[in-house]
Amino acid sequence: MLEPIEAPADFFTQPDARGHFGPYGGQFVADTLMAPLAELTVAYEEARRDPAFIAELDKDLKHYVGRPSPIYHAERLSAAVGGAQILLKREDLNHTGAHKINNTIGQGMLARRMGKTRIIAETGAGQHGVASATVAARLGLECVVYMGATDIERQSINVFRMKLLGATVVPVTSGSQTLKDALNEAMRDWVTNVHNTFYIIGTVAGPHPYPMMVRDFNAVVGREARVQMIEQFGRLPHALVACVGGGSNAIGLFHPFLNDREVAIYGAEAAGHGLDSGKHAASISAGRPGVLHGNRTYLLCDEYGQVTETHSVSAGLDYPGVGPEHAWLKDTGRAQYVGITDDEAMAAFHQLARCEGILAALESSHAIAQAIKLARTLPRDQLILANLSGRGDKDVQTIARLEGISL
Amino acid sequence: MPAPAFHVKIVPDDTMRWGLTPETCTGSAGRCSANSPNQLESRSRMNRIDKTFAALKQTGRTGLVPFITAGDPDAAWTTAIMHALVAAGADVIELGVPFSDPMADGPVIQKSSERALARGMNLHGVLELVRSFRSEDAQTPIVLMGYLNPIEYFGWERFAGLAAAAGVDGVLLVDCPPEEADSVRPVLDQHQLAQIFLASPTTTPARLAKMAALAQGYVYYVSFAGITGADRLALDDVHQKIAAARKVIHAPLAVGFGIKSAEQAVALAADADAVVIGSALVEQLALAGDQEAAVRAATRFLAPIRSALDAASKLKAA
Ligand SMILES: Cc1ncc(COP(=O)(O)O)c(C=O)c1O
Repeated sequence: MLEPIEAPADFFTQPDARGHFGPYGGQFVADTLMAPLAELTVAYEEARRDPAFIAELDKDLKHYVGRPSPIYHAERLSAAVGGAQILLKREDLNHTGAHKINNTIGQGMLARRMGKTRIIAETGAGQHGVASATVAARLGLECVVYMGATDIERQSINVFRMKLLGATVVPVTSGSQTLKDALNEAMRDWVTNVHNTFYIIGTVAGPHPYPMMVRDFNAVVGREARVQMIEQFGRLPHALVACVGGGSNAIGLFHPFLNDREVAIYGAEAAGHGLDSGKHAASISAGRPGVLHGNRTYLLCDEYGQVTETHSVSAGLDYPGVGPEHAWLKDTGRAQYVGITDDEAMAAFHQLARCEGILAALESSHAIAQAIKLARTLPRDQLILANLSGRGDKDVQTIARLEGISL
Repeated sequence: MPAPAFHVKIVPDDTMRWGLTPETCTGSAGRCSANSPNQLESRSRMNRIDKTFAALKQTGRTGLVPFITAGDPDAAWTTAIMHALVAAGADVIELGVPFSDPMADGPVIQKSSERALARGMNLHGVLELVRSFRSEDAQTPIVLMGYLNPIEYFGWERFAGLAAAAGVDGVLLVDCPPEEADSVRPVLDQHQLAQIFLASPTTTPARLAKMAALAQGYVYYVSFAGITGADRLALDDVHQKIAAARKVIHAPLAVGFGIKSAEQAVALAADADAVVIGSALVEQLALAGDQEAAVRAATRFLAPIRSALDAASKLKAA
């Protein structure tokens, strides 16, 4: 097993030139992908230093996505909980209803800059697929989305949304027919069609430079939040909370605060039916390091290293791995990762809806549940900032079904 | 939790923008590890792979390297299939270690892995198959081909020790390019397991050179940018690419991906030291209803390719 890692003086120094976050991350791919990854890394490094690229990105984030997203003080929820104040970073108000668009806008622009005419994406719940299809339409690029056959059945509304946006949705029937298999299939497409194709990965997973690049595009969330906290509250929050599937909304919020050691950081993983049940998706809380999808990180596998099926009430957290930077933050002790069960997430969903008039995505409801738990243990004058990563409209059918209500 | 002391630190906007210092963000193009001390030692030792390629060179023949998945269609048939392949002219056997997420494989090998896993194959079982094969065949080199994670979970030390004891000669870790091999190489070297690398048409000359320095056994040259079993083999293209790779890599070159027929194998034999055939064989084996049928399918598939290769090399010699 890996030895504990000493926390660095500066958390902004990762990853190294080959994409390692301490012992995690890297480029664990077949040789054929090494050249396209190198090409992508160079293109990204150039783009992020190009003021024209940044200006265009900022413009779209403002006028197309609707940024900045507000920080909202959930006063009635905080009062009902009876502890620290709960603040919400409202990524649910973004165009397409989640943080995912921050990343797809950035990668979409990069695809166009690289002269690629076709984008591909993997999706589980369909949120990243919708965000990719949206950007493809906006930029006039062809879009193919890989989605597990099981997920296509579970998320028919999002499949239809992608089609309305002009994307082709390809069912993936290999393996467990879910998100991880969709990612495998998208990689297979990419290696075959790399001459004209850009692969937009939807979370901070995959081989370098993806975990770094997706983090950077989502870090707009934390950068805004840091400024907003000082403007609105005159101080940084005492704690940050975000749900962790692959970990893109979480790292987006956390990253700009990593060197503010006084800010506690909590990632909420999907504990499903409970961490002991075997039916969960809590890779850090219950997994072991291994290699999947091009990087070394915490994984959920059987004793022989075969990746196991995961479970969460929220399809977007249903992933057996986690971004390598989270693995590193866990080992350095900079962030803590906790499990939130399906039931806890559902209870938080309802409490937020009733107290504040906000329907949170089931993924985000895991963060709300952790914020509520934490608030109970802290005094009233402390501030907890939770990332409301997406809105719950996509989940109303799932919730109705779970609660035995026919619409 | 006690209330932490509170300071607001304003970080200059530039660093905040991406949260990265410029040094951390240089391109990722390959930087390989230095050779480990054990490596020269293990290379100088004549192992089964080196002996086989030396003999092929001496006799002017092209090596034939079939790939099959351990445990597919049935673990009980695997060693019989392996012996049949050797009898039909295989020089090296690549034995696939099934994995739940074979990212570089096409549908045929994906399904084959799924079948093997569904029947309970695991790394223990694979090593058991090798041991059993080795008890009757002391010559034919065996290369385990697969992905890192099953070995990571098994434990490197434990794997390398048991694999060497079982009679494994080399490993081909599909998702372990030379850049990521630093940590596994010393363990493999210690147990004299050759690490076979993949090279492909997209490998840059700089990376080919580094690979050449690290290569053990042979280098597996992937004939096109794509996944196993795809119908993308463009012979003219491969011809040029291999010729270029040849100038840099002095280890034997085995060419694979997408080879389905004796004609294709013969065409590639002009450039390569060996040809690897996987999906087309696995596809035939999958149709077999019992061990006898599987053995017959293996023989029927491989023997004509062997004859065609030998006929071609005789012609070349004459
Ligand atoms: C609203 C929302 N939050 C969170 C996630 C989980 O992804 P990540 O952990 O990358 O933020 C998803 C994924 O679909 C999502 O739709």
